[in-house]
Parts: sequence; C-alpha cells; structure tokens
Amino acid sequence: MIDWVSDLLFWIVFGSILLFLRGRRIFWTVGALGMLLLFNQFFTPGFFHLQVLDGHLYGSRIDVLNQGAKVMLLSLGMVLVIATGGVDLSVGAVMAIAAAVSSRLLVTEHLPAGFAIAAALVVSILAGAWNGVLVAGFGIQPIVATLVLMVAGRGVAQLITEGQIINFLDPTMVYLGNGHLFALPFTLTLVLLMLGLAFFLVRRTAVGLFIESVGDNAEASRYSGINARQVKFLVYAFSGFCAGLAGLVACSNIKSADANNIGLYLELDAILAVVVGGTSLQGGRFYLVGALVGGLFIQTLTTTLYARNVSSDISPVPKALVIIAVCLLQSESFRTRLARVVRPSERVLQPIGSRPPQKPITMTSHDSTES
Amino acid sequence: MKISSVYRTSIALLAFTTACVFTQLQALAADTGQKKLVVGFSQVGAESGWRTANTESIKSEAQKRGIDLRFSDAQQKQENQIKAIRSFIAQGVDVIAFSPVVETGFEPVLQEAKKAGIPVVLSDRAVKVSDPSLYVTFLGSDFVEEGRRAANALAKLTGGKANIAELVGTVGSAPAIDRKKGFEEVLAKYPDMKIIMSQSGDFTRAKGKEVMEAFLKAPNAKEINALFAHNDDMALGAIQAMEEAGIKPGQDIKIVSIDGVRGAFEAMKDGKLNVTVECNPLLGPQLFDLVEKVANKEEVPKRVVSQEGVYDEAQAAAELPKRQY
Repeated sequence: MIDWVSDLLFWIVFGSILLFLRGRRIFWTVGALGMLLLFNQFFTPGFFHLQVLDGHLYGSRIDVLNQGAKVMLLSLGMVLVIATGGVDLSVGAVMAIAAAVSSRLLVTEHLPAGFAIAAALVVSILAGAWNGVLVAGFGIQPIVATLVLMVAGRGVAQLITEGQIINFLDPTMVYLGNGHLFALPFTLTLVLLMLGLAFFLVRRTAVGLFIESVGDNAEASRYSGINARQVKFLVYAFSGFCAGLAGLVACSNIKSADANNIGLYLELDAILAVVVGGTSLQGGRFYLVGALVGGLFIQTLTTTLYARNVSSDISPVPKALVIIAVCLLQSESFRTRLARVVRPSERVLQPIGSRPPQKPITMTSHDSTES
Repeated sequence: MKISSVYRTSIALLAFTTACVFTQLQALAADTGQKKLVVGFSQVGAESGWRTANTESIKSEAQKRGIDLRFSDAQQKQENQIKAIRSFIAQGVDVIAFSPVVETGFEPVLQEAKKAGIPVVLSDRAVKVSDPSLYVTFLGSDFVEEGRRAANALAKLTGGKANIAELVGTVGSAPAIDRKKGFEEVLAKYPDMKIIMSQSGDFTRAKGKEVMEAFLKAPNAKEINALFAHNDDMALGAIQAMEEAGIKPGQDIKIVSIDGVRGAFEAMKDGKLNVTVECNPLLGPQLFDLVEKVANKEEVPKRVVSQEGVYDEAQAAAELPKRQY
C-alpha cells in the first residue's frame, strides 16, 4: 500500500521533470533512464520496494544512488575534460592512488582521518595536474598523456599499499561511503555538492564558456585571447580531484583499500556516462547534469541485471544492447529515419534543409528507391 | 622563461635515469658470471589477499634459492599475460611458470614456448589445451575438491536444508568453473539444498558487496539462509552488505567461502563467517622444487596437488596467529 503511493509520487515527480526538459538535449538521457525504471516497475519484482531501516531509506533505488556515486563523481570531471576535446583515461588509477594514500596514512602511519582524506585529495589533484602539464604544457595528445598514469598509477597505488589490502575501521573514513544524511546515502550529498561546485565554476564564471570555446576550436580561442593552456590544465586538475573523491568513496564503501581493483575499468564507465549524457567526444558543448544522469543510467542498468538475476556469463550482452539503443536514440539522424519508418507519410518531421523537398505520395522511379 | 626551465629539468632527469639504468646493467653483467637459473613468472594480478600471499611466497622463495626471477603482473588481463610469456621467450629464460588468468586461449603462445624449447610449469590454475605436452606439470589446488568440501560444510551447517545465494568468481576462470562444479556435484545428493541466486562478484570485495546488496533486495531474499562465496574477499564484502541490511552474518545466513586468508579467520573469530575451505597460496617452495627438477630434465608428475585443510569458527582463534596472509 505504502509502496503503491510512493511509486505514484515518484512517477509524478519523474514525469514532471521529463515534461520540463522537453526539447532539451538531456531529455533523451532522462527519458532512457525513465524507460529503464518503468521496465523495472513492471517486470522486476522488488526493485521499487522501499523501506526504512535504522532511520534511513533502504531499497534498490537507494543502492543505485550509492553505488552510482563513483561513476557520477568521475563523470563530472570527465565531462569537462571531454568538452575541451580531451579525455582522461587515468581516473580509475587515480582512484586507486587516493584510496591507497588515505588508508596508508590512516592505518600504517596512524594519522587522523581528516588529514588522510585531505592528503589523498591533494595527491589526486597533483595527479590530475600532471596530466594537465603533459597535455597543456607539452602538447601531448590527451589519450596518450593520460594513458601513462592509467598504466603506471595502479602500480604507484600498489607501491603505497605494499601490495596488501589495507583494512580500516575509522568512523570518519567509513562514513564517506556508508553514512547517511537526510535518510539518504551521504554519497548523494557529496555528488550534489560537487555538481554545485562544477556548476558554479562553469556557469557562473566565464570558465564554462572558455572550456566550450577551447573544445570547439583551440586555435581560434587562442587568437581571441583565451588562455587555452590554462583552461586545459584546470580541467585535468579538476578531473583528478573528482577521481580522488570517487576513490575515497570506493574504498570507504568496502572499508579497505584494494589498490588492484578500486576503480578498475571505471574510466570507461565515466566516458560512457558522459556520452550517454549527450556530450560529444569531439568537444565543445557539454552537459553537466546529463553526465550525472548518464552515470545513474549505467548503475541502474547494472543493478537491474543483478536484481533480475541475469547470469553473469551473458549479462554484458543485454548491457551492450541497451547502451547501443540509448546512443541511437540520441542521434538526431537516427531519430529522423526512425520517424520516417514509423510514419512514412509525415515528411514534416524531416529537419529543414536535410533533403530536397519531395512530392508527397506519387511514385516516380526516383522516389521508389527510398524508404 | 618558464618553459625553458621545465625543459632543463627534464633533460637533467633524463640524464639521471640513464645513469641509473647503466649502473643496473653493469650489476647485471657482473651477475651473469655464476649462471643463475632464470625463471619467468606471470602472475594473475593482485586481486585478493590470497594472491598477494602467493606472490610473496614465490618471490621470497626465489630469493632464498638464488634464482633470477622475472616477475610480471598481468592485472587480470589475458593479453598482458600472453605479452609477458612472449617476452620471457624472447629473453630466453630457462623455465616459464604462470598462473593463467582464464582457462582457454593460451595454445598459440604455449606452442611458441615449446618451439623455443622452454618448459612451462602451471601454478595454481590450469589451462585447457588440446595438446597436453604444451606444459610439463601443473601444481595447484584441486578446485573441484574445494567446491565439494564447501558444499559438505554448508550441508552440515544447515542440516541439509538451504536456499543458497552463490557469489561466483571471475567468469571463465578455472577456480570459478571448478568450484561451482564440485559444489553442485555434492548438492545433487541433498534434495533440500538449492542455489536460488547466483551472480559473479569477480573475486573482489567491492563486487561481492554490490551483488549481495542486490540479492538482499530480491522479493525472495528472506528465503536465503546460506551463502557460498567462491573466495573469502567476496564473502567479506557480502558480510558488510548483510550487516547494513540488519541481517546477522554467520547466524541468519550461514556463510562458507574458500581460500582461508587472514581476514576470513578474523571474521570467523567474530562469528560472522562459519567455514573457510583452505586453498593454500604458499606455493613458492613446492613450485621451485618442481622448476629445479624440470630445469635439470628430471621426470615430474603431470599433476601435483598442494596441501590444504578446512577450518571453522572453533579453530579460528588458534589458527589466526599462524596466518601469514
């Protein structure tokens, strides 16, 4: 009964958000998330069940928020890097470094949690800055520059932990990935805070404009007086910071720093989240909230497959199919073609200028080759 | 101005690195006089406490015996492992030893090793090849037997009545396939024991926790009264998920896992884990015994099983201090 009411409330809120976003780029991302959730509402028993446990909410959707936080944090940094026409492959390794540094300082060196966390974040910013120096300072291609740290970073993390899995029980550290605030996982607050910070940075100052212009055309931006190097350096450092936070959340979640596995392949998830969120890998226009929703979408998909008990041997297949579908849905030209197949008579849907105007129905020899 | 100073610093760094490499090379050249046994070892990764103990045992034993060990970490990727084996062949090592990441796909690279006349010893995990002469011997645990022991332990804990959630290891890996096989083999004898959920937790704590969280939200989650995890780390992750869901691990849900790492003994001492089936990682001494025999062209058996036991909560406190890993 309670479930029924809360579900209805959820869908009313979700529907109005979707209505509000009509016509915007991220409509399709949120729409895809909506469809996945709708599928779960009807076909995955227990997915929408929500209950109160120890004074906080407990359910599959809460898991999605908590487990998805890592990719969401990464995608915030990644989306800015991608907007400048770059890519940051090192975020997974930076997560491992942050986890290794914090737990090493906490457990082996017996330093207070606040200091360990701060040190881990500083190291992550430095790691991001290193990428920034390689890309902006020496003009190395981003994919190559960040590949260096992606490969080497995990080794650095192993070195810091001396190849061991370090366990900790410090309440502050454990709170980061397991704590609850306002009956919701603390990680959600963290993600929203970071979104606020990123939003302020790029939409309330000129930095966002600079990032887009650098991504569109670095040369032209330089001629118009934008310091492209500084902008690039900044986004890589910010990406490092986001990765550091994600690393802290990841190790806190399992109360141990597992240098070899924390953040493994997550850089790919983060890139995927950005793409699903509607940002082009070519740089330029970017969508902060889109990237977050993209991250949420990927986690929802993962949790759905767990909840439906899809065998792990085949689970990559449905995952790939759904993601292909979402990417197609976002493609303008695919949507036009689809519309033409579904309603062949309504030629109005064609974007203006994409094709020469044609006569409506008469079958001529030149018309019959189409559709 | 700034750029030129960065430039100068990097030149200086480069010069320094070159100098370091040179001294290393000289040391190496001095060493070759004694003709050490050269062994290339490709490890799976450092995915769990078990694995790091295995690595440590191999490295320290090589040092003790004065063997020149070329160690390579594959980070759980088969491509890396094949690359490492190719580079061992190129270096002309005396013996190649490795723990395969997955069972299949090693045939071509093993043929290359055979052509080069380098004997191959498998450690801890097996490979599937059509030509058994591609490797000399396989040292490791019997994963199928471990699965059987785990099932027997769980049957004893639950009185033969269990709805089991299973955390499977890395998909396609030998321990995951064989442990499942052995487990299900014994399960066939108990009609009231069945696996009601099964997902891969990739042998890691984080995935073990994430998957268990999802298990506990299924509509039939209340029926779960037993957990079989293919390794201790996944069980430790799952224990956290249970505690957060207000379920008492070890009591409400009986837990059996495999490996016997230190963390598992600590959990057993606290009553959160019931049984761990040992899978001994300290293979170093046994491995190099075999390697030395192989290098001296002595006859070795095709299959060598390592020594291991089964531990429960009662033995945990006594056994804990003895655990090196």
